[in-house]
Amino acid sequence: MKLTATEIEIAEILEKDARLTNEDLAKMTNLSIDQTSAIVKKLEEENVIVRYVSLVDWTKIDGHQGVTAMIDVKVTPKRDVGFNNVAERIYRHREVKSVYLMSGTYDLSVVVEGQSVNEVAHFVSQKLSTIDGVISTTTHFVLKKYKHDGTVYNQDDKDNRIVVSP
Amino acid sequence: MELKTTYLAKHVRDLKPSGIRKFFDATAGMKDVISLGVGEPDFVTPWNVREAAILSLEDGYTSYTANAGLPELREEIAKYMERDFCVTYHPESEITVTVGASEAIDIALRAILDPGDEVLVVEPCFVSYAPLVTLAGGVPVIVQALKENDFKVRAWQLENAVTERTKAIMICSPNNPTGAMLSKAEMGKIADVVKKHDLLVLSDEIYAELVYDELYTSFAAIEGMREHTILVSGFSKDLAMTGWRLGFVCAPAEITEGMLKIHQYAIMCASTMAQHAGIEGLKNGRTDVAEMRKSYRQRRNFIVRSLNEMGLACHNPEGAFYTFPSIESTGLNSEQFAKKLLQAERVVVVPGDAFGSVGEGYVRCSYATSMAQLQEAMTRIRRFMENL
Repeated sequence: MKLTATEIEIAEILEKDARLTNEDLAKMTNLSIDQTSAIVKKLEEENVIVRYVSLVDWTKIDGHQGVTAMIDVKVTPKRDVGFNNVAERIYRHREVKSVYLMSGTYDLSVVVEGQSVNEVAHFVSQKLSTIDGVISTTTHFVLKKYKHDGTVYNQDDKDNRIVVSP
Repeated sequence: MELKTTYLAKHVRDLKPSGIRKFFDATAGMKDVISLGVGEPDFVTPWNVREAAILSLEDGYTSYTANAGLPELREEIAKYMERDFCVTYHPESEITVTVGASEAIDIALRAILDPGDEVLVVEPCFVSYAPLVTLAGGVPVIVQALKENDFKVRAWQLENAVTERTKAIMICSPNNPTGAMLSKAEMGKIADVVKKHDLLVLSDEIYAELVYDELYTSFAAIEGMREHTILVSGFSKDLAMTGWRLGFVCAPAEITEGMLKIHQYAIMCASTMAQHAGIEGLKNGRTDVAEMRKSYRQRRNFIVRSLNEMGLACHNPEGAFYTFPSIESTGLNSEQFAKKLLQAERVVVVPGDAFGSVGEGYVRCSYATSMAQLQEAMTRIRRFMENL
């Protein structure tokens, strides 16, 4: 799909901050509100903008349990469908947050979230490794999130500049 | 014996303190202030540039450099000027690395001015121009860029101000505080005036990278102007390196030699670690500059339309990160407006007359601040306008 420079710019702006209103977008791109609304609608309808989400730092919330694991999965590709069938059988699971086909020493990178290490272990041993075509899995638990999707967690946004300068 | 009443030299006593200083003091101790009064980027210097400085310290590069700056840095500056601005300068004889563009302006003026020489200073402008001319023994002759021309000076205005004593014209485009950029056509006409009277242009091109609609033209790139131009630039604005104090000045060899004499006696050389950072900035910092430019452009569009909607008329600034709205509709003068806005809504703007009397009736709003802060600032100013 070919998009105009302005359409791309609006996608970029919304990727950074999805809460900007059409009015703000219109001002930032020097368009009318109608024009921006139409572009946003188009981006949504064409599934260029897939979904609007928030980045939540769950570690801030007391008593919130939860672990994230990144699992390297080796797969025997199947004739005609390659890795797609196995990938699909993996991503259908609710616990699976992301699935990527990778170059390198393994094939699929799977991100799984669960309430506890046990829950993830259960998923890997009972669900993931039993899928036809999965040869092996290597599970890495995330210990701390420093930066996610371009955003640094716990960043000190303090402005060090003097208040007035020439 | 009677004590002297003051040890200060007369010409220093006579210097007016910057109008900006006064405003800074007024904000002391205030909380929840949003400042649109800052003349520097809100970005932090890109990490690769900071890392280059750290590595240079680790490698022990802590001594002086050549007076004119590290040869590698001057070579990178020469390449950059040629690639991005189509002007060729010899790294060994025509480029001097300075402590910010401010020092570059200072040594340029001191190098070219005999006592009583006149310099046409186009206002509104950066606060240091006229005082630096005075300190260099020259006489600043103010030429006011007119509001009806969106604060872009016209060649005929300069022509009318030229006398036997005129030595140079100081121009900053894109401009601090107005953001206005001269058109190529007008620059050509100004160049004709310069050549006709055999003058110099001291061209402050510190905002050359922060241009949003048209291509930038350097004065030195205009035909026949290279020999009449002292081109001042630096790393502060485009690479968000204000605190590093790193600038440079390009000029024909004879002028460079003169400036270098002053620079070597007064400064020795620019900070060594900053120079190492500068090399990295020129080599690998251009993507960051492009990202920042894009972000400034969006914010400029946002603030210009927001201000116009609430009755603070402002032209569309082609570059830098300032807007210069008229506050005429409020019936207040610049200082009253800025003070009342600070007291009522805790938003800092700089009174326009701090940049020359022609700026009276205007305020400078910097949009080098985050979108979230800008949105909040616009909400507050709108409320301020409604309650006036």
